[in-house]
Amino acid sequence: MDTAIQNREEKAVVFEDVSLRFDEQVVLDGLSFELDHGATKVLLGVAGSGKTTILKLTLGLMRPDSGRITVLGQEVTAMRETDLFELRRRIGMVFQESALFDSQTVEGNVAFRLLEEKVPEAEIQRRVSEALQFVEMGHTLKLFPAELSGGMRRRVAIARAIVSNPEVLLYDSPTAGLDPVTATTIVELLVKQRDVYKTSALLVTHRLQDAFTMATHVFSHEQNRMIPVPPGASWDSKTSFMVLKDGRKLFEGGAPEIANSDSEYIREYLSP
Amino acid sequence: MSGVPYRMAFSLTESVKGNVLAVQEYSILSWRGLANLFSQPRYLGDILQQMDTIGVGSLPIVILTGFFTGAVLALQSANSLARFGALSFTGQLVSMSMVRELGPVLTSLMVAGRNSSGMASELGSMQVTEQIDAMRALGTDPIRKLVTPRLTATMFMLFFLTILSDLVGLAGGSAIALLLLRLDLNEYWTSAWQTLRYADIFMGLIKPVLFGYIIATVGCYYGLSAKGGTQGVGRATTQAVVVASVFILAVDLFVTRLLMVLLGPL
Ligand SMILES: Nc1ncnc2c1ncn2[C@@H]1O[C@H](COP(=O)(O)OP(=O)(O)O)[C@@H](O)[C@H]1O
Ligand SMILES: [Mg+2]
Repeated sequence: MDTAIQNREEKAVVFEDVSLRFDEQVVLDGLSFELDHGATKVLLGVAGSGKTTILKLTLGLMRPDSGRITVLGQEVTAMRETDLFELRRRIGMVFQESALFDSQTVEGNVAFRLLEEKVPEAEIQRRVSEALQFVEMGHTLKLFPAELSGGMRRRVAIARAIVSNPEVLLYDSPTAGLDPVTATTIVELLVKQRDVYKTSALLVTHRLQDAFTMATHVFSHEQNRMIPVPPGASWDSKTSFMVLKDGRKLFEGGAPEIANSDSEYIREYLSP
Repeated sequence: MSGVPYRMAFSLTESVKGNVLAVQEYSILSWRGLANLFSQPRYLGDILQQMDTIGVGSLPIVILTGFFTGAVLALQSANSLARFGALSFTGQLVSMSMVRELGPVLTSLMVAGRNSSGMASELGSMQVTEQIDAMRALGTDPIRKLVTPRLTATMFMLFFLTILSDLVGLAGGSAIALLLLRLDLNEYWTSAWQTLRYADIFMGLIKPVLFGYIIATVGCYYGLSAKGGTQGVGRATTQAVVVASVFILAVDLFVTRLLMVLLGPL
């Protein structure tokens, strides 16, 4: 079989030669990459380099000018908006500013997709409280988003994204603007989601230390927290990096490669 | 050099293109908003909630405008009628004007002021805070979930609000007839009632349904196309009211003429 076609069916997300411009500004310029099932790809790049755009393209919330995007074996770029809704139910997205529905309580927000799918009442309650416990927000059921802090909102947004057990998760800067302690809690959640549920994920972040934590830690069931990958261990965290610049892929590879990269731009990007 | 004319021509074609695009987007939105009613899923709870906001919430202003319009109408027509010694036709004039024209139009303008703006600002803030995108990301069609219930509720409630406004207007007219003109109330109501033909009532009740469609689609369209933060939401809100009001008055003229042709001269 043609490797390209085989890829589209076997990978979680495939971008092939995707280009997008807004008026005169080129945002993506022939970008191609693949995300394996169960793997996490960290998207790095300066503000405005098109990271959010990539996530929105993956969901079909935006459309590229050219190129092909395949998600879970379905060609997003060839689907109509009305057909996309079905596929989107298998994907979860955490928006940069959380984008919680402010007319609904935390419970209403997290239950939203389950209510849409007409899941029985009792099961909704169970799964909502389970998802909220996962993000340690079980006590906020009846609060409105306006009553929460930024970090709490981010966690509710994560609960809303994971409540239906999606196959792919898209995280847009989940730790941006948070204090280091809260940020680490959230990274731990992402690690847990990756290692416990084997969800494929695209993770946008500005905080390099979070990306490296993702790559160098795994979730330990016994200790119920994340631990550093033991040196010499045969398993890895399935986390890779992609650096964007001027709409193109400047670098793609694992944690050791990016740390030892001799590209001037990346060295500068990595230096604190 | 031809720089300036070229740029002017360019920005002109750009703005024409933008307007054509906006009309196209508006048409798609208003078509899909209505078409969604005929397929699953339907959001009954949202429809009822909107009926409450639009219908019950608008009661006070609809009653007040209806009453004062009917009253001033009686006053004005009595003034003209007295010159022909035809003061007893006051009831007829008030009822014809209220039912055919002022009831539907004024009620719609009031509801446009309240609800086109309300919809534009609510959906507009959802748009600029990415809640609309979040809804799409969760696999729910925002047109189905947000636009269709508002459209249904506005068309439905405006119909009844207009009937109410007509009645209150007639009552306002009768108050003037009794207190200032010293007319016989019985005569007022009988002539008001008997002058109405089916054509009048048909015209008076088809209008609010059309105007309700305009109010909701324009409000939702401006909300969903809001850009540029809170300022953009403010702009969308004002534009929605202005466009919906002008749209209502223009459509009113055409519908009136069309119905006069179709239903015969009156
Ligand atoms: N809807 C839009 N209209 C016009 N320009 C946009 C739009 N969305 C994004 N852009 C532009 O595209 C570029 C990439 O944006 P984005 O993907 O949000 O970057 P980031 O990497 O910071 O998430 C930015 O320069 C932004 O101004
Ligand atoms: Mg971004």
